[in-house]
Amino acid sequence: MPTFDSALIRPATLAPTGEDLLPVLPALAPLLPGGGLRRGTAVSVLGDTGLLLALAAGAAAVEGTWSAAVGLPDLGLTAAAGYGFDLRRLLLVDDPGQHWPEVVAALAGAVGLILLRPEGPVSAQLAARLTAVLRRGGCALLVAGPWPGAGLRLAVKSARWFGLGEGYGQLVGRQAEITAEGRGAGARARSAHLWLPDEHGTARVIESAESVETVPVGSSGAAVRSGTAVPPGATVFPGSAVLSGPAVLSGPDEAEPALGGLGLAVV
Amino acid sequence: MAVTAERGPNPDGGAGAGPGPGVPRVLVVWCPDWPVVATAPEAAGTDRAVAVLEAGRVLACSDAARAAGVRRGQRLRLAQRLCPALELRDRDPETETRLFEPVVAAVEAFTPRVEVLRPGMCAIPVKGPGRYFGGEAALATRVHAAVAAALARGMSRPAPDAQADAPPEAGVRLPTGQRVPGDGPEAANPEARVLPHCQVGVADGLFAAVLAARAGILVPDGRTAEFLAPYPVAALGDEPLAELLVRLGVHTVGDFAALSGRAVADRFGPTGTAAHRRARGLQSRPLVPRPEGLDLAVEHRFDPPELLAEPLIFIARTLAEQLHTRLAAAGLACRRFAVEVTCADGRSATRLWRHEGKLGPFALAERVRWQLQAWQTAGTFTPASAADSTDATDPADAAGSGEPAASAGFTTLRLVPDGLVPDQGRQLALWGQAVAEDRVERAVARVQAVLGHAGLRRAEPAGGRGPAEQLARVPWGEAYEAPAPAPWPGRVQDPAPSVVPRSPVPATVLDPDGLPVTVSGRAEVSAPPARLVLDGRLLEVTGWTGPWPAVEYWWDPDRRRRRARFQITVAGERALMLTAEGGHWSVEAAYD
Repeated sequence: MPTFDSALIRPATLAPTGEDLLPVLPALAPLLPGGGLRRGTAVSVLGDTGLLLALAAGAAAVEGTWSAAVGLPDLGLTAAAGYGFDLRRLLLVDDPGQHWPEVVAALAGAVGLILLRPEGPVSAQLAARLTAVLRRGGCALLVAGPWPGAGLRLAVKSARWFGLGEGYGQLVGRQAEITAEGRGAGARARSAHLWLPDEHGTARVIESAESVETVPVGSSGAAVRSGTAVPPGATVFPGSAVLSGPAVLSGPDEAEPALGGLGLAVV
Repeated sequence: MAVTAERGPNPDGGAGAGPGPGVPRVLVVWCPDWPVVATAPEAAGTDRAVAVLEAGRVLACSDAARAAGVRRGQRLRLAQRLCPALELRDRDPETETRLFEPVVAAVEAFTPRVEVLRPGMCAIPVKGPGRYFGGEAALATRVHAAVAAALARGMSRPAPDAQADAPPEAGVRLPTGQRVPGDGPEAANPEARVLPHCQVGVADGLFAAVLAARAGILVPDGRTAEFLAPYPVAALGDEPLAELLVRLGVHTVGDFAALSGRAVADRFGPTGTAAHRRARGLQSRPLVPRPEGLDLAVEHRFDPPELLAEPLIFIARTLAEQLHTRLAAAGLACRRFAVEVTCADGRSATRLWRHEGKLGPFALAERVRWQLQAWQTAGTFTPASAADSTDATDPADAAGSGEPAASAGFTTLRLVPDGLVPDQGRQLALWGQAVAEDRVERAVARVQAVLGHAGLRRAEPAGGRGPAEQLARVPWGEAYEAPAPAPWPGRVQDPAPSVVPRSPVPATVLDPDGLPVTVSGRAEVSAPPARLVLDGRLLEVTGWTGPWPAVEYWWDPDRRRRRARFQITVAGERALMLTAEGGHWSVEAAYD
């Protein structure tokens, strides 16, 4: 249980913010209630760093908004830049250890967005106290992993990489089905099919033309180099980001802690 | 005097101190071509053309090279075209400084207030020694003789091979011979060219004195502006300004000095004003002798020892105020300051604080408060804690020592300024400069109080092919010089991996027969990879590409690496970047 001294929490000197939503990349907006990250709330991202970075990248578009990455020493900064992150306005706290609640509390009043991987399990009490600090500071929190009382949980339900054959080609992108579930305004389950990342390293909606063409990868030996026409023969994704009805969701407990994703760091 | 006539039109120039008397007389000793003298002593005075290079340009050259047209600042290629026999040397600042030390010592015999401007040039104020030695001319003569003697001694001792090259009779006679000194020493007599010679100049202010030394002239008191007038504006040492002035039709220092000080300040700002003051023979900066131990630290002793932190924080604010006043009185600003706390049992802890700009007293006090709170949280001074619990993340900045006994209160709080610089204020650029806002700065400082200086980093561009090499993580507040942008052929293409572990994770790659896959020196795989063993799990390889060989720094035995990179996808739709190096496989990055 990390020590957390409430006396260290400074009274918020909140910059006057006209709106309480941080924008996200257009491709991801349909996944979020209101189309953005609500300031002062926590969003839990399960098992996929690419999704975490894509969600955070939109905040860089807001003039003067800083971001911080706490406890994420293995974040691919080049990939972050690819999604549109402004690395000049990013603070990196790689090893907060047991002090991560203090660090989050200190940063909450200054930055608009915090990416966090807490060390160890987070108690509901601590989460509630930190959420209060975040609300005062007008700061949104993206947690890599489960977070008690998260307003929204996002996960990659299925994904497929394109571009690699048997000894040739090069990764050009990933088509992923992303699901979101939450409470309140986010209670309705949503999902979207996206390029995450696409051949330029950013996130975008899959064009319907791309999902119609079928190029067998790996079997017939057609080298797939262009990033625009790749989808598999088997899966035909529906068109642009679709808000589906109730979907089968992978809850926080089902997210397998495996290699890749954030699990690689603890290998 | 003509000088007063020139200064007359500028009563508004902010030079309220007036002419002549306000500017101290300065004597400059200049040893020409010092880099050449230091790196190629055997070539000095001979017909050999030698040039010393720095960053691909000529820094200094010998007389023979100069006669061939080689000039300071020329590109190497042009210099070689002008003088095909040119011998090249790399700059060696250590040797320059070491060989110049006897010269400084010789000048120090006249006055202890010697300011070394750079190896090969030093300055002294004339006022005291000039009166003692019977006038400026006499002083200049004596200094010149002493320096010439020191040069002769210094050159004949540390470089024995130099004597073999130089004519022996010259090498012996000159040390004892009293050189003809003074205003025009550069040498009608051929012997003077055999050994490195020196020139002495005296003028009002350092800037003019340097030019006077180059010319070997003693400029009479108050006639400095007249002396400077014929020089081109480039001599003012401000290249962009000089370029602009020439385009505006102001070609000489005299023309520039004739402009009104107010107009110059309006158009060219502080740097222009400084140049204008130099042009008028005034001082743009005072002569600073070798730094004396200026003790600006402030401290407060607690008697009896204080058990609570809150009073310390109160006192810290007062101390910060004091420190700020002292610094302001000295015209200084500090880039860093140290907070030192001592306990009754003798234990102490120190932490250095940095800041991008100027620390106001309030900001300074706030940092002391955060620091004390951080120490309390870390249990640095609590009786139960072990002594080594100060701060594991950054032992260089924190020093907790002594017995793990009860500390019994704080006895001393001390603030020590460090990294003192002249307070010139801070001017922010108008565009294109990412400046941390104040609230971000404060948050950063608080995090650094908890985690140590290296606990908070920023991303800076670096060069490299691999995903981990393209950006560097630099501690916040530390200077970082980005390498020049380079194309890095063969760098891994977009999309970039989203997970880059700090150290690659070992793995094993097997072929369909279950044998380890190897990569030959010709970048061929022994068999297609079929399975990946990572952390005890067996994963089916569904697609792969590579190897992409990367042979880096092969010229440097410490840094050279020979790697082959692969991209693979494994069952479960994950994409990884593998690296084969020295027969071992590892996961360098992951894409999800």
